[in-house]
Amino acid sequence: MVGDSKVSGSERDERDERDEQGERSERGAPPGQYAPIAGYEAFRLLRRRYRRVAAVVGVVFLGWYFAYVGLAAFAREFMARPVAGHVNVALLLGALQFVSTFVLAGVYVAYARRRLDPLAGELR
Amino acid sequence: MTGSALVFGLFLAFIVTTLGITVWARANTRGADDFYAGGRTFSGPQNGIALAGDYMSAASFLGIAGIIALSGYDGFLYSIGFLVAWLLALLLAELMRNAGRFTMGDVLSRRVRRQAPVRRAAAVSTVTVSVFYLLAQMVGAGALVSLLLGIHRGERFLGMSADAAETVTIVVVGTLMIFYVAYGGMKGTTWVQIIKSALLTAGAVVLTALVLGRFGFDVSAVLGSAADASGKDEAFLRPGLRYGQDVPGDAYQTIVNKLDFISLALALVLGAAGLPHIVNRFFTVPDGPAARRSVSWSIGLVGVFYLMTPLLGFGAAALVGRDEIVAQDPSGNTAVPQLAHAAGEQLGGHIGGDILLAFVGAVAFATILAVVSGLVLASSTSLAHDYFGQVLMLGRPRESQEVAVARFAAFLVGALAIVLAVVARNLNVAFLVALAFSMAAAANLPAILLSLFWRRFNSAGVVAGIYGGLSSSLVLVLFSPVVSGKTDPATGESLSLFPATIDFHLFPLENPGIVAIPVGFACAVAGTLLGREKADRERYDDLSVRALTGAGAP
Repeated sequence: MVGDSKVSGSERDERDERDEQGERSERGAPPGQYAPIAGYEAFRLLRRRYRRVAAVVGVVFLGWYFAYVGLAAFAREFMARPVAGHVNVALLLGALQFVSTFVLAGVYVAYARRRLDPLAGELR
Repeated sequence: MTGSALVFGLFLAFIVTTLGITVWARANTRGADDFYAGGRTFSGPQNGIALAGDYMSAASFLGIAGIIALSGYDGFLYSIGFLVAWLLALLLAELMRNAGRFTMGDVLSRRVRRQAPVRRAAAVSTVTVSVFYLLAQMVGAGALVSLLLGIHRGERFLGMSADAAETVTIVVVGTLMIFYVAYGGMKGTTWVQIIKSALLTAGAVVLTALVLGRFGFDVSAVLGSAADASGKDEAFLRPGLRYGQDVPGDAYQTIVNKLDFISLALALVLGAAGLPHIVNRFFTVPDGPAARRSVSWSIGLVGVFYLMTPLLGFGAAALVGRDEIVAQDPSGNTAVPQLAHAAGEQLGGHIGGDILLAFVGAVAFATILAVVSGLVLASSTSLAHDYFGQVLMLGRPRESQEVAVARFAAFLVGALAIVLAVVARNLNVAFLVALAFSMAAAANLPAILLSLFWRRFNSAGVVAGIYGGLSSSLVLVLFSPVVSGKTDPATGESLSLFPATIDFHLFPLENPGIVAIPVGFACAVAGTLLGREKADRERYDDLSVRALTGAGAP
């Protein structure tokens, strides 16, 4: 638990050492084995691309979701406007959340397949 | 009584089939890879269907439709939050699959210097989140099954009172789930999930088609009929009847209600990617791209399913009616089975109603069993692999030892869940699902995100983030109106766990997410900075390479 902070310095060192051994025996490889690849230009490109697409998808879906939640909480009049028959804005926007989820998932999967997987394959 | 016999028969058919699968899985489970990760041989689509099975609990099938049937549009907000949350899982699935072996603890401990405290925290969080979620499902199972078998308060079934039948159901469900997990491991559980997922989707599609067919495939007509029958007219089709209510003349309470609603939305959308039984499923496929593919399959399935929930809920409001639903179960959990009965009756008279009700009842039963099994598996995997394997035995146990411990842990966790569920069987524990999501978002998500993306993150940060997120969620709920101090303004009856005379609530919101999630992140950052432990740059680079490329992934 948090009480580990009470462990004295020498005990902590000993534990760290055992921890490292533990990790080695579990995975059969020293920690940091793949670290050098992090310096490769291809890896940096891969990381940049992943972070960009993840940030775009993340910001778009969270922003749009919370915009919807905000409207549901604070813009009741607007959400109540009829669109067609008994379908109102709230129902329409709700359905659009489904559509946007499918579209964003499709966009990310297609991007990953085209732009991330080949790079990852090269580096592996 | 023929209906009860039919429900009983279908339950038995499901149990026999799944037990057969479990025995087969046992014969094909040899090492830790098989037990924890189903041998990593499931294809993306198979695992995606199983993921959807793990995720679509009885709470979503019966609970959401029930809320919609009684409170209208607001139940739909759950459907949306539960689905949108998967995008976060989609972005993280591949990285976690690549960086870990069996558990979230593997991912979190990959780059830190001090393994033991991180592993311990991961195990504590996994078990806590899973047990709370489990409890909600099992208590629900007790109430549901006795209702499906037609046992009401005061009636007797096979010589049992309703209360005794609930206890028996909880014990039977618990025993079966222990057996599935301890005996079948991930292989058995995955096939149980796949079957359940197929049954659940089929059930929902059939019912939705019947509802739509009844109204000439005109969605607007379903909505209009539901609005008329609800007695609330068009307000029934708008947000605000249940969440974020406006209280005229009480600005404070209005704001509290709105914040509570936003808090719930936060927990739903950020919690899914941190649920242990979902995370563990990322490891059952051969590689990262397959993990991604399984999540995209799951998004498709879960999306189609949740898109049907409003039709089921509004359909029940229109065809069954509020009074009948409330008479059966005030929380609305039986709205869908009642809808099945009504729709079946219109199709094939009395027998049609009984058959469809029995089918939907069996689907609900399968759903509960499958979800609780996934939760017990996640807990026992983490206890055996993270706690026993890495903390107690310092990473040196033989695989066979670890798996034996996992089987035993399944028994322990299962027994604990049974006892807790029997004790809590008469309490209203519906809030536990939202609490589990909130804990997953507050404790697990900060640790996962910062491990993967923050260079300076360290062991102290993981530990502080997990315990900070967990305890803030728990403490806030303990002092919330869910536990004490909420009364029905009309009757003065308690709506909390405690009777109306006891009131120690200090925190006005029922959902802790809006405070607990930021606290979880803040604790993780503060722990890192105060921990005086230098992050290991080499290991962080190693983790990044592994996560993004799949190098060295098992």
